[in-house]
Amino acid sequence: MDINDVPQDNSSTYANMKKALYVKDKEGKATSVASSGWEVEETVTKQALEDINEHIKEAYYEVKNGKKSTLYYHMYKQRMDLSLLSQATGFFKWRIKRDFEPKVFSKIKQSRLKEYCEVLGVSLKEIKELPNEQF
Amino acid sequence: MSSFKHTHHAHCESGVISSLLSYHGLKISEPMVFGLSSAINFAYIPFVKMGGMPLVAYRALPKSIIKSIRKNLKIKMKMETFSSVKRGEKRLDELLEKGKVVGAQGSMYWLEYVPDELSFHFNAHNFIIYKKENEEYFISDPVFSEAVKCSKKSLSKSRFSKGAMAPKGLLYYPLEVPQNIDLKPIIIKSIKKTAKNMLKTPVPIAGLRGMKYLARSIKKLKFNNKKYAKLFLGNIVRMQEEIGTGGAGFRFMYASFLQEASEVFGGNKILQEASDMMFEVGDKYREFALVIAKAIKSKKEIDYQMISNMLLKICDEEKKVYEKLLEFKT
Repeated sequence: MDINDVPQDNSSTYANMKKALYVKDKEGKATSVASSGWEVEETVTKQALEDINEHIKEAYYEVKNGKKSTLYYHMYKQRMDLSLLSQATGFFKWRIKRDFEPKVFSKIKQSRLKEYCEVLGVSLKEIKELPNEQF
Repeated sequence: MSSFKHTHHAHCESGVISSLLSYHGLKISEPMVFGLSSAINFAYIPFVKMGGMPLVAYRALPKSIIKSIRKNLKIKMKMETFSSVKRGEKRLDELLEKGKVVGAQGSMYWLEYVPDELSFHFNAHNFIIYKKENEEYFISDPVFSEAVKCSKKSLSKSRFSKGAMAPKGLLYYPLEVPQNIDLKPIIIKSIKKTAKNMLKTPVPIAGLRGMKYLARSIKKLKFNNKKYAKLFLGNIVRMQEEIGTGGAGFRFMYASFLQEASEVFGGNKILQEASDMMFEVGDKYREFALVIAKAIKSKKEIDYQMISNMLLKICDEEKKVYEKLLEFKT
């Protein structure tokens, strides 16, 4: 890439940050330049963020309607999914899925609950609650 | 020893190593670190999922840069991990009190200075901690343009994040850095290794074979639902461009390395040509990303065949770079 072609699109997904790109200067010498964003990258980052937010929203209503336990919501809220949560806690996926059932979750062992809290970065009180959210 | 100065880099791991070594008197650029550790690569691993999407990587495994540089440049680098959070925190404070500048690994997600838009669960992020003042840590994160501050709570959460590639509080710092290194033999060795990694991969998921595999998977996306297909394509571009690649999935950074390597050999023509070729390959990757972004935004049918062919064409062009590198002899 030529130094004059470096996109400076002020992408919202850069959150006022800049990223270094390696390009060629006028004499053809390699150098690094800070870019304020690229529309293409913004498109794909937004797409990923929207996907995450959709999951949070869906989870929120499933919990609100009593179909899933609050754990299910907090997992997505912390930008995780079943496989990430399983890797982080070391718990089997099928057992985590059982904990998504409100009845099972209400009788969960304290030690198991603590592990979820630790990995999700929420308190013992928070994990049992569904905060008020507007979508 | 002078005081530590933050430098803005493209990639976290190569950036940390470049800053650490420069601080210890060995001036070495980020592309040089990247090149000497043969860090450029390609991998498409459909059975490993990240955020529900198959893993696509444009570089070698995390930590491989630290390990390769340590070995190739014969640098004594101390690496410490911890079984307890308390001990890990204490050790960091001890090192900082001694005036050490330390590299650390952590999860991107728990670092409070990382904006929401970039906050994903990625455990193998690297940064430098260089000072502690009033319970706050001063951090030089290579992918940020300025130095940042971080609270103890957030830093510990990040350093001891669990899951795949768990950092276990990893801290690393050089004990001894040679001041005069003859880069020539290391360049020759690392370039050969890169060419071999890319051209003669024993498994179909890595190197140029991995790219062809990905191209085949793109063609098959027409059988999936459109939303999944779009997320799949978007994921490729994210891995190629988002956070710390220096553009075009590290291809621009490697092209920079080749130019620098050419200079080390008094303006070697083959390396210079390979550098120019690699810069052009990088431009092709950017065009590929642009086509995908347009397809994601558009409501029309997506031409998977065309996108797949585009990747195959890049693969052919990139192959020529590595073949050129094999011509390089001294």
